[in-house]
Amino acid sequence: MALLEVSALSKAFGGVMAVQDVAFSVDAGVVYSVIGPNGAGKTTLFNLITGVYTPSGGDIRLDGEAIAGVAPHRLAQKGVARTFQNLQVCMNLTALENVMLGAHLALDRNLLKGLFRAPGLTRADAALRDRAAELMRYVGLDAYRASAASAMPYGALKRLEIARALAVQPRILFLDEPAAGLNPKETTEIDALVRKIADSGITVVLVEHDMKMVMNISDRILVLDYGKKLAEGSAREVRRNPAVIAAYLGKAA
Amino acid sequence: MKRQRGLFVLAAVLLLLPLALPNAFYYDIVIRMMINAVVVLGLNLLMGFAGQISLGHAGFFGIGAYAAAILPTRYGWHPLAAMLGGALLTAALAALVARPIFRLRGHYLAMATLGLGIIIAIVLKNEGAYTGGPDGMAVPALGLFGFALDGEKQWYWVFAANLLFSVWACRNLVDSPFGRALRALHGSEIAAQVVGVDVARYKAAIFVFSAFFASIMGSLSADYVGFVTPNVADFFHSIELVTMVVVGGMASIFGSVVGAVLLTALPQALATLEGWETVTFGAILMLFMIFLPRGLVPTLAARCWRSR
Repeated sequence: MALLEVSALSKAFGGVMAVQDVAFSVDAGVVYSVIGPNGAGKTTLFNLITGVYTPSGGDIRLDGEAIAGVAPHRLAQKGVARTFQNLQVCMNLTALENVMLGAHLALDRNLLKGLFRAPGLTRADAALRDRAAELMRYVGLDAYRASAASAMPYGALKRLEIARALAVQPRILFLDEPAAGLNPKETTEIDALVRKIADSGITVVLVEHDMKMVMNISDRILVLDYGKKLAEGSAREVRRNPAVIAAYLGKAA
Repeated sequence: MKRQRGLFVLAAVLLLLPLALPNAFYYDIVIRMMINAVVVLGLNLLMGFAGQISLGHAGFFGIGAYAAAILPTRYGWHPLAAMLGGALLTAALAALVARPIFRLRGHYLAMATLGLGIIIAIVLKNEGAYTGGPDGMAVPALGLFGFALDGEKQWYWVFAANLLFSVWACRNLVDSPFGRALRALHGSEIAAQVVGVDVARYKAAIFVFSAFFASIMGSLSADYVGFVTPNVADFFHSIELVTMVVVGGMASIFGSVVGAVLLTALPQALATLEGWETVTFGAILMLFMIFLPRGLVPTLAARCWRSR
């Protein structure tokens, strides 16, 4: 059975159908990409699946369990993690704390224990500090271990979001344009990182505009246009699909 | 022990300060500073760290103060039981209003908390049969094991211990997983949400906690003064507390203490200006906002950091 199953999913903003009757399924362990022209509904689709928006209709199932309309903080408990296209890094924390935040659910969040510095809690937090540092190394941010988030360059913050999402220990990871705004060298590095994450057994769902990257690393690709599913298949299939070519390049006269 | 250096400095200051205090008047001012400092610490958790606002904190302070007056006088409660009862009542009230109030943000949240504070102040003023109305009422002395607290010098140590403990506890909280989640929801609410932080619950929890804090200090301060009037719950008192947070520094533990000390001392220092004291006070606050918008302690800390 597929890890993620989406059927007849729709979202209307007033009279605009941002996502309309979209259905697809993602098998465990793959890299699944969602592409489409600007305004095709890719980010809306992400926001629907990760609980930021409530669907107007349709069904989303994670491992068979219905998750449509479930709040984001509950989805995190079920192993859903994501990054954002427009950075959502806590600039008032250090880089390391941002990653540690990802493990929020694995820790004892009791207010009173925090107040009195309960020994068990301090120990767990120290262990987490090491694990967070390890994750920063994993995404290639070793140099920023002692930095404040506000002092980091854009490209590093993109990776910091990935490290934070990994700290959730997700089953499925949604990456919203991880390579947007990066130079070719950085893009290649992100490319390798995504592959590394997928190889570690985490299912990756990707929205990305960099076609070279998408074609390189995706096992399957979903093409959206005007909120509707235009095509789905392997990189080869999608590249040859006349409807996809028309959507991207315009129809031949 | 580098982490606790600030705490040791504070402890040393509190320990040595009585040597420099010539008379009861100065003791009184320092005690008021310490009372404000603890309330401001709690408020800063809500404002500076969690990024929310409350313009009604004097209301919670007022409930605590009146609990210390009413429960022992009219119902024969022990003052300590009254303090706890008042704090629990305040916490319950804060928890009750937290859910609807924290659906609001920014100006609307400010308005809602402002309204809550004003309602509490009006109730305290108008329920004369219980509260003594605008004239206020006397508060019985706080005693423990047959030993009554009396005089500024004894109270000084109570409040000094209280302040030291509060600073220690707040620093712990901010560094704990709970505190990290709080700071995160200030930084990016959506980012906090997707890693599993139940944002509504955290906002409510810190609101209730800081209201509880304010109520305890309200009770203690009423016990110390021996008398309460509805002015303690006044809107202007709420504004004063918020100003202390902002001047000292948002999201700065020692900033809370510095802000409270400064703004408690300032009106005293300006008292010689007679009619012009309010104007001068306002002008000083404006200068602070213009030149030190992040507050005294964070700005100075950043400057020292850079010059090193």
